[in-house]
Amino acid sequence: MTGMEGMKGNFPLSPLSSLGAKKMRGLTTLITMELRLFLREPAAVFFTLAFPLMLLLIFGTIFGNAPAPEYDGYGSVDVSIQGYIAMVIGTVTLIGLPVTVAAYREFGILRRLRATPLHATSVVTAHVVVNAVFSLLGVLLLIGVAKLLYDVRLPRMPLGVAAAWALSFLAFCAVGFLLAGLWPTARTAQAVGSAIYFPQLFLSGAAMPRAMFPDTLKTWTEPLPMTQMVTLLYDLWYGVGWDWGAVGLLSGVAIVAGAVSTHVFRWE
Amino acid sequence: MAHAIEINNLTKRYGDVVALDDVSLWVGHEEIFGIVGPNGAGKSTLINIAAGLRTRTSGDIQVLGLDPDRSARRLRERIGIHLQEAELQDRLRVHEAVQLYASFYAQPRPTTPLLEQWGLADKRDAEFRQLSGGQKQRLFIALALINNPELVFLDELTARLDPQARRLSWDLVRQVRACGTTVILVTHVMEEIERLCDRVAVIDHGKLVALGTPEELTHRASGEQRVHFSANGRFHVDMLNTLPGITSVSRNGADIVVTGDRYLMACVANTLATHEIDPPDLRTERDSLDDIFLRLTGTPLRD
Repeated sequence: MTGMEGMKGNFPLSPLSSLGAKKMRGLTTLITMELRLFLREPAAVFFTLAFPLMLLLIFGTIFGNAPAPEYDGYGSVDVSIQGYIAMVIGTVTLIGLPVTVAAYREFGILRRLRATPLHATSVVTAHVVVNAVFSLLGVLLLIGVAKLLYDVRLPRMPLGVAAAWALSFLAFCAVGFLLAGLWPTARTAQAVGSAIYFPQLFLSGAAMPRAMFPDTLKTWTEPLPMTQMVTLLYDLWYGVGWDWGAVGLLSGVAIVAGAVSTHVFRWE
Repeated sequence: MAHAIEINNLTKRYGDVVALDDVSLWVGHEEIFGIVGPNGAGKSTLINIAAGLRTRTSGDIQVLGLDPDRSARRLRERIGIHLQEAELQDRLRVHEAVQLYASFYAQPRPTTPLLEQWGLADKRDAEFRQLSGGQKQRLFIALALINNPELVFLDELTARLDPQARRLSWDLVRQVRACGTTVILVTHVMEEIERLCDRVAVIDHGKLVALGTPEELTHRASGEQRVHFSANGRFHVDMLNTLPGITSVSRNGADIVVTGDRYLMACVANTLATHEIDPPDLRTERDSLDDIFLRLTGTPLRD
């Protein structure tokens, strides 16, 4: 207990320590620790960074990236990479995030955090930031390798692609938190997350280009949020411009899922 | 100065279930205050409300002069909590956990001496999942003390500890109090109460059934005395039955149990001596807190 008496007086409250700074206390440390924890989880690292890269290499090896008439003169990799980006976002937000948060609640990790002055928003922010960092890393890795090996065409509207990535990520994050709030354990959250993720992965054009789909399948799978994400990214990538329908749908998902998840979220 | 905790007519209902029923008590500054009761009696509900983790249904509660419902975050800055069923991230290392929890407070303690104090210095690079039950427990206690709390809630402090570690943590609890921290101890271990607590509240079915120092509780609950001995052939229950002040004499083989009020021992010994009976194992038996608990609540403390 040495130094205890001395400590009490040594930290006068700075007049600058506004409410905001107080609210954020602990957030940067929490983010740092969660980043480290993510890296220590082999499954998380594999599915976020390695798995999409694996798909790129497998399909890249099989089909190459030579211009093809069925892809409007683009190569197979050129038209698949937007889907792989959507896949990274989907994996992180629909599986990784809900499973982690539900497990944190199930094992009382949230319970322990709540017993401190830490704000609930800091816990949510930390998870959003950590997942954003790793999915961005996954995306940059994909683009880097695709450029290096297959000379993939880079985005015509890079800022648009970045903004679309951010919007998609936030919308799917909100869904991830909703799942974590609605399903009490890591197991059930994983089951439901998978049920939402995997069908969309194949039906949206994330895992294979939509150009390969028959017309009826294209029409039926159009309203899926992941389809909208792939389309939005694709259009911006090739300079077609903003697909405002997709922007509207994804914003709607973000707002509705975000609002509902703040109501259903439980610490214990 | 006001009490560290002041509770008046506190009630908590979950739907139809009454978890706490009209509880009133206070805890003084720098007291080690015990809360005992069977599982599900409402002990954890009580400390969860006091720590601002649950809201009350009715009644008043002030903790360090704050209303935990309205000033939960300000209160949590000044208290420490060791909860049941709370874990840390599996792969978080010990020193990271301490660093993380220190970052939540305005005035944290230096982390290295804290780890040394709780015997975790050589485990600082171990991941949480690699720790033994006792090590996890000690880490939780260290985390509960990381902000130099004025008041600390320790829920089942020694539950996962072996006897030696248990004794060690009792010493540490005394040290914590010596530094000016009020300690609220929820426990199943009667020895812990007898050795540590200044006062104890016994809670059963959400009600406060007894409150006092461990000595007061032992005295209050047992108005009557008991004397045990083994009888030889010459003894007969009528020798004692007729004496004033004796309420019962029961015989089970050679074992005799006599109950009565004050001076029982003197009376029994005297009577036996006049009959030239001198049992070598003649003894009075004081109720342990365990017995008292059983009598107050009708349930054994450890079930």
